[in-house]
Amino acid sequence: MPPEAAIATLADEEEARPGPESNGAAKKARPSLRPARPSLRVPKERGSEIRAARKHALLCVDDISVSFDGFKALTNLTLILDVGELRCIIGPNGAGKTTLMDVVTGKTKPDTGHVFFLEDMEDLTTLSEHQIARRGIGRKFQRPTVFPKHTVRENLELALAANKGVLRSLFHRFDKAQMERIDHVLETVGLTERAPVLAGGLAHGQKQWLEIGMLLAQNPRVLLVDEPIAGMTHQEIERTAELLKGLAGEHTVVVIEHDMDFVRSIAERTVTVLHEGQVLAEGSMDEVQSDPKVVEVYLGS
Amino acid sequence: MASTLLHLHRPKAWIGFAVVLLLFGVLVPMLNQVVPAESALYLPDHYILILGKFACFAMVALAVDLVWGFAGILSLGHCVFFALGGYAMGMYLMRSIGKSGVYVSDLPDFMVFLDWKELPWYWHGFENLWFAVLMCMVVPGVLGGLFGYLAFRSRIKGVYLSIITQALTFAAMLLFFRNETGFGGNNGLTDFKNLYGYPLRESSTKVFLYTLSVVVLAVFYLLTRYLTQSKFGVVLRAVRDDEAKARFSGYDTLSYKWFAWTLSTVLCGIAGALYVPQVGIINPSEMEPANSIEAVIWVAIGGRGTLVGAVIGAFVVNGAKSFFTAAAPDLWLFFLGALFVVVTLALPDGLIGLRRVGWRRFGLDRLLPKRSHAS
Repeated sequence: MPPEAAIATLADEEEARPGPESNGAAKKARPSLRPARPSLRVPKERGSEIRAARKHALLCVDDISVSFDGFKALTNLTLILDVGELRCIIGPNGAGKTTLMDVVTGKTKPDTGHVFFLEDMEDLTTLSEHQIARRGIGRKFQRPTVFPKHTVRENLELALAANKGVLRSLFHRFDKAQMERIDHVLETVGLTERAPVLAGGLAHGQKQWLEIGMLLAQNPRVLLVDEPIAGMTHQEIERTAELLKGLAGEHTVVVIEHDMDFVRSIAERTVTVLHEGQVLAEGSMDEVQSDPKVVEVYLGS
Repeated sequence: MASTLLHLHRPKAWIGFAVVLLLFGVLVPMLNQVVPAESALYLPDHYILILGKFACFAMVALAVDLVWGFAGILSLGHCVFFALGGYAMGMYLMRSIGKSGVYVSDLPDFMVFLDWKELPWYWHGFENLWFAVLMCMVVPGVLGGLFGYLAFRSRIKGVYLSIITQALTFAAMLLFFRNETGFGGNNGLTDFKNLYGYPLRESSTKVFLYTLSVVVLAVFYLLTRYLTQSKFGVVLRAVRDDEAKARFSGYDTLSYKWFAWTLSTVLCGIAGALYVPQVGIINPSEMEPANSIEAVIWVAIGGRGTLVGAVIGAFVVNGAKSFFTAAAPDLWLFFLGALFVVVTLALPDGLIGLRRVGWRRFGLDRLLPKRSHAS
């Protein structure tokens, strides 16, 4: 089934389904002051519906709406990601790309809707940021955010997938496998020689790679990457494209990007175009580019 | 575990640590107890008292540095926990007076004065020293833990948190000023006689308390050093520098901050409990907001986020204070202000930043946390 059709089916089914009562005041766009509610399982029928629509679905953003003080950032957005796919999300400013990231990673709680993580069959909107991160959903911010006063190695150690509780951290020792893993990541992102240096002293592009390296060390199932090439040199961009393409397959990678050339260079299958908080079009780069709606709102301008 | 502890410092720094510990923990007590009073080397009791007080202040400085220097939580109310620990110890000391008070009653004098007939329920148990010792950790820990949990869960940070801590200590001070609260009102608890049967007036008791303070300070230093060098410390600094990022890396930043914060309040409580028998009084003025700010100044002057700097800062600032308030009382605040300005302008890393000038020659820089030489 082509993706648009799948979305359409889902949307239809969504309407037929009675709205869950839990979507009331408990969910606000601001970070909730209350501790995260106990995790809700994905309703069985919903899970199988999604799976029926898309066999390899890993993450389903299901009918999400978010508004900030009346401004609708996302409106009934539904999006499905497959295991191991590399998905590019494009759209003009204010289309809701970053809000979508915020919802998936738990920074913003949606007004209505759910985010289903189909590996654990859990509803991510009920979890807090660190819990979502521990489920294997990594996020790279728009600006490179590394810990500037930690060494490059410490940055990776922090990110490493491991028990991240307080008590464990008090007596933590890195074992040999973990050390090797860090060495391996350092090599992948080309920062082996910079390992003992404070991350604040890295060049801009190196910071971006370090951040990607941190995501690798976290070994996520889903990798959300927000504008990875902003401010990069031409060579750094090429390198980043290689890196992202290499990551897909093992990880599900979602890239949010403005730069159309870059998107064209990495988009292998599906590109999603967002506009005013909704999916405007979805398909291959060529299909999307020839879609008159897309041309009108985005590419044409 | 033992090898982990050894790795806290390099060998040279361990030697420095041992020298300082022997100096203050063995030599100073000997100069007071063994050296005859006529000798020029004799150290009078009041110096022991001053150094003992400074050691307690240095513990507070370590506690403040743990939360401010490493977790980025600027507390301007840490003295409330210090005072609570002090009150717990003071309650034991009051109870141990027994019938030798002015009113020859089982009740503490101030209760007789207020015409109270029996001991309030919360005074029970404090006739036992070990119960009081437990309470000097539990009471600050519970208050601090509760406060920290609520504040951090609501994601209050920065200047807002600092203001709330000021309000906390101020509110506690007002509460303790009231006679009805049952802690002696504005006079507080005083006229202590004995600690575990040993008269507080005796020189040997004073030296014991002083030495104990030095040893506890050393233990606190090693504890905080261990914490900040462990992975816990790495995560804590990450929370300080970019809490959102730490959260997205899978760390429950609330529990990291809460742990450091609560531990810090307990350390303050113990410091207060050691302070009170030495100075012989505890009253609500210990909770004055200005006191807590002063504790932050010790850390800032010594060098935030270095631990050693916090201890040095506490000794230097309080030493200067003792000297100036005796020699030229009017000048003290000017001096403190000048010190603060000079350190802020010339030594952004605090006094510990002086190591760039010449510490390295003596190997003392090895006491400092490892820094890489990127810039």
